Amino acid sequence: MISGLTVSERHLALFVLGALALTGLAMAVAGRGDPLAVHGYIVLVFSVGLGFAVLSALFDPEPPESRLSEYYDDPTRAGIILSLAWAVAGMFVGVWVAALLAWPELTFVDSAWASFGRLRPVHTSGVIFGFGGNALIATSFHVLQRTCRARLPGQFAPWFVLIGYNLFCLIAATGYLMGMTQSKEYAEPEWYADLWLVVVWVVYFLIYIRTLQRRKEPHIYVANWYYMAFILVVAVLHIVNNLAVPVSFGHAKSYSLFSGVQDAMTQWWYGHNAVAFFLTAGFLGMMYYYLPKRAERPIFSYRLSIISFWGITFMYMWAGAHHLHYTALPQWVQTLGMTFSIVLLVPSWASAGNALATLNGAWHKVRDDATLRFMMVAAVFYGLSTFEGSFMAIRAVNSLSHYTDWTVGHVHAGALGWVAMITFGSLYALVPWMWKQERMYSPKLIELHFWLALAGTVVYVFAMWNSGIIQGLMWRTYNDSGTLAYSFIDSLVAMHPYYIARAFGGLLFLCGAVVCAFNVWMTIRMARRARAAEPAGDVPLYGKAGAAPAGE
Amino acid sequence: MATERHDPATGRATTGHEWNGIEELETPIPRVVVFFLTVTTLFAIGYWILMPAWPLGVTYTKGLLGIDQRDVVTRQVEDAAAARAAWTSRIAGASLQEIAADDTLMRHVRETGRTLFIDNCAVCHGTRGTGGPGFPNLAAKAWLWGGEPETIAETIRIGINATNEETRVSQMMAFGRDGILDGTQVRAVAAYVRSLSALPMGAADRAQVEAGKAVFAANCVACHGEDGRGSTEAGAPDLTDAAWIYGSDAQSVFTSIYSGRQGHMPHWEGRLSPVDIKLLALYVGTLGEDGQ
Repeated sequence: MISGLTVSERHLALFVLGALALTGLAMAVAGRGDPLAVHGYIVLVFSVGLGFAVLSALFDPEPPESRLSEYYDDPTRAGIILSLAWAVAGMFVGVWVAALLAWPELTFVDSAWASFGRLRPVHTSGVIFGFGGNALIATSFHVLQRTCRARLPGQFAPWFVLIGYNLFCLIAATGYLMGMTQSKEYAEPEWYADLWLVVVWVVYFLIYIRTLQRRKEPHIYVANWYYMAFILVVAVLHIVNNLAVPVSFGHAKSYSLFSGVQDAMTQWWYGHNAVAFFLTAGFLGMMYYYLPKRAERPIFSYRLSIISFWGITFMYMWAGAHHLHYTALPQWVQTLGMTFSIVLLVPSWASAGNALATLNGAWHKVRDDATLRFMMVAAVFYGLSTFEGSFMAIRAVNSLSHYTDWTVGHVHAGALGWVAMITFGSLYALVPWMWKQERMYSPKLIELHFWLALAGTVVYVFAMWNSGIIQGLMWRTYNDSGTLAYSFIDSLVAMHPYYIARAFGGLLFLCGAVVCAFNVWMTIRMARRARAAEPAGDVPLYGKAGAAPAGE
Repeated sequence: MATERHDPATGRATTGHEWNGIEELETPIPRVVVFFLTVTTLFAIGYWILMPAWPLGVTYTKGLLGIDQRDVVTRQVEDAAAARAAWTSRIAGASLQEIAADDTLMRHVRETGRTLFIDNCAVCHGTRGTGGPGFPNLAAKAWLWGGEPETIAETIRIGINATNEETRVSQMMAFGRDGILDGTQVRAVAAYVRSLSALPMGAADRAQVEAGKAVFAANCVACHGEDGRGSTEAGAPDLTDAAWIYGSDAQSVFTSIYSGRQGHMPHWEGRLSPVDIKLLALYVGTLGEDGQ
C-alpha cells in the first residue's frame, strides 16, 4: 500500500510522522508524572512505527501513471478492516459492562481501569467512533469517488484522515482506562486529543470539497449532501463543545469554558446533534448509495430526499434541549427543544419511507439477500427509533422515561437497529467490490449474522423498554402515606432480570459482529489466493481489465 | 433534464441524472408527508402561543396559559407536603411511645420507614437490617447503646464516632498491638470471651479459659461488665449473647482484642428531618418482626 504512494507523498508522510513523533516526545517530556506522558509515548511509538513502515518502502519505484485512471480505494479497504476490529472490541466491552450491571460482583480484575465508569466510555467511543466513524470514513471515500466519477485528489490526505482518526480513537480509549475524561458524554477525550481531531477533520473536509470540485457529474448526489453535513456539522459541534482551558500544557486535565446550565445546554446541543449528524446524516449517506445499488432500484423520490435533508439538518439543531426537560434550563428552551423534536419526526419518517419505497420492485431480493435485508431492517429501525425519540421528547413522556433504561433502549434501537445494521449491510455490499470478488466468502454466514443481529437487537431493546418503564413507574409511585412506595434498591432488584436479558442480547449482537469479521477476513483471503494464482507479471494489479465486478 | 427516462418497474419518470447506476424518480412529495408536516408545525405554533417559548432579549414569551415549571413544581411539593401533614404533624407532635401505641400511625411508620431505611441505612445494615461483617444486625436487637425508641432516635441523630458535636464515642482498645497484653494473654482472654456464649472450642482453648477469666477481670470489666453483659453507657457489646459484629470464630475474636475496634456510624441530624428520624427510630424497632 505504501508503494502506491508517490515518492513525494512518501516524503510528506515521513515529514508529518516526524512532526508527530516530536509532538509525542514533547508531550512525554512536558507531561512527566501525568497521564499526558503516557499518551506522549503512545503517539511517539505510533508515529515512529509508521515511520519505519514508510521508510521500508521509501525507495520503491514510483507507482505507474495508470493508477490515476482508477479510483483510490486503499484507505477504504483499510478503513473497513479497522471498522470491524473496533466493532468486535467495542461490542465486547459493551457485553462486559452489561454483565457488570447484571452481576456487579463480577470484578474479576480488581483494578481501577476495569471499573464500570472507565469501561463504559471505552464501549461507547469504541462502537460510535471506532466502528461507526471508520465505517463512515471508508464508505464516504468510496461513495464520493463513484458518485463524482473523480479520483480522490491525493493519496496522502485520505491516509492522514484514516490513520489520524484512529490515533484519536486510541488516545480516547486508553485515556478512559487511565481515568482521563472531560465528563462530557460522547465528548470525553481531553483537550490535546480534541485538537488533534480538529486537524484530522479539517483535512477530511478538504478532501471532500476538493473531490466534489473535480466531479464529472453535473449534480452532487444526495448521499454526498448527507456525508458533507456529517463532516461539516460534526466539526462545528466538536469545536464548540470542547472549548476548554488546559491546566497547563503539561497536564491532561482541562476545564470547560462553560459552566452550570450553559454547560449542560452546550453539551446536549452537541450530544443530540452528534446523534443527528454522526449517527444519522452520515449513515443516511451510506444508505442512499448502498441500498439502491444493492436493490438495483432508483431512489423512490428525489424531492423527498431533499426536503428530508433540509428538514433533518434544520430541525435537529434545536432538539438538544429535550435532554434537559424539568431541569434548571429555562422552560422556553425546553419548549423549543420539544416542539422541534416533534416536527422532526416528519422528515425522519420521510427518509425511512423513501428508503423502504425504493425497495418497491425489489422485495423478492430483500427476501433472498441478507445483505439487502440488513439495509431494509435498518430503515425500519430508523423509523422506529426516530418515532420513539420524538415521543420521548414530549415533556410529559420524558418525565417518565428520563434517567431510566428506556433511554438506553432507545439509543440501542438506533445504534444496533439502524447504525450497525446499515453499516453491516453496506460493508457486505462493499467488501466484494473492494477485494474484487464475485461475492462474500459465505452468504450463509451473512444470513446467520442477520438473525443474530436482529435477535440481539430485539432482546436488548425489549429488555430495556421493560426495565426502563418499570423503573420510571417505581420511582414515581406513592403509597397511601403520600411517600415513595419503593426505595431505589427495590428498583434495582426489579431490573436485575432485564439486565441479564440485555447482556444476553448484546452477546448475540457481538457474536454477529464476530461472524461478520470472520466472513470479511475469509473474503480477503479468497482474494489473496486468487491473486497468488495469477501468473506473475510486471503489470500492477491496478487497471487490470475485467478484474472488478461490474457496477460497484 | 437531459433525457426523459422512465423506470420500467413503476413507469415513473426519473430525474434524468444517473450516478454510477443510481437513478432517482421524479415522485412528488407524498401528500401524507405534507399533511403531517402541517399538523406538527401547527401543533408547535399552538404550543408556542400557550407556553413559554421564544426569547426576546432579556425576557421571553410567557405563553397564554401562564404556566411556569418552577411554580408548578413548588406548588406540587407544597401540596404533597400538605397532604402528608395529616399524619406527619401527628408524628412531629407525639412522643415515640404514643406513636408506638397508635396503630394508624404505626402503619405510616412501616410504610414510609421501609423506603427511608433502605435508601439511607441499607448500604451498611442491609435492606432487612441484618447487617454484615463490621455492621451491626439491627434485627437481632442486640443494642450497643440501648433499644428504647428514644435511644435509637438519638443514635441516628448524633451518630457513633461521627463528626457531630454530640456524637456517641466508643472504642475497643488495641490490647495486643498497644502492648497492654501479650499474645498468650490475648489468646486466653479470647477463649474466655468465647466461653461466655458457650461457643464450641477445642481442648487447648478450653484449658485457657480460667487464665483468660483473670485477664478479663483485670482489663475488660470496666466496659463489658463483670458478667460480660456489656454496657449501653459505653456502647460496649454484650459478650454473652449470640450477636457478633466482627465474627465469633477464634481468629476474629483474637483480632478484635489484639487490634481493637472502632466502628463508625454517620450522624443524620441535618440530613434527615426530625420526623424522618422519628420514623426511622420506630421502624428500626420493628426490624426482625413478622418475617421482615
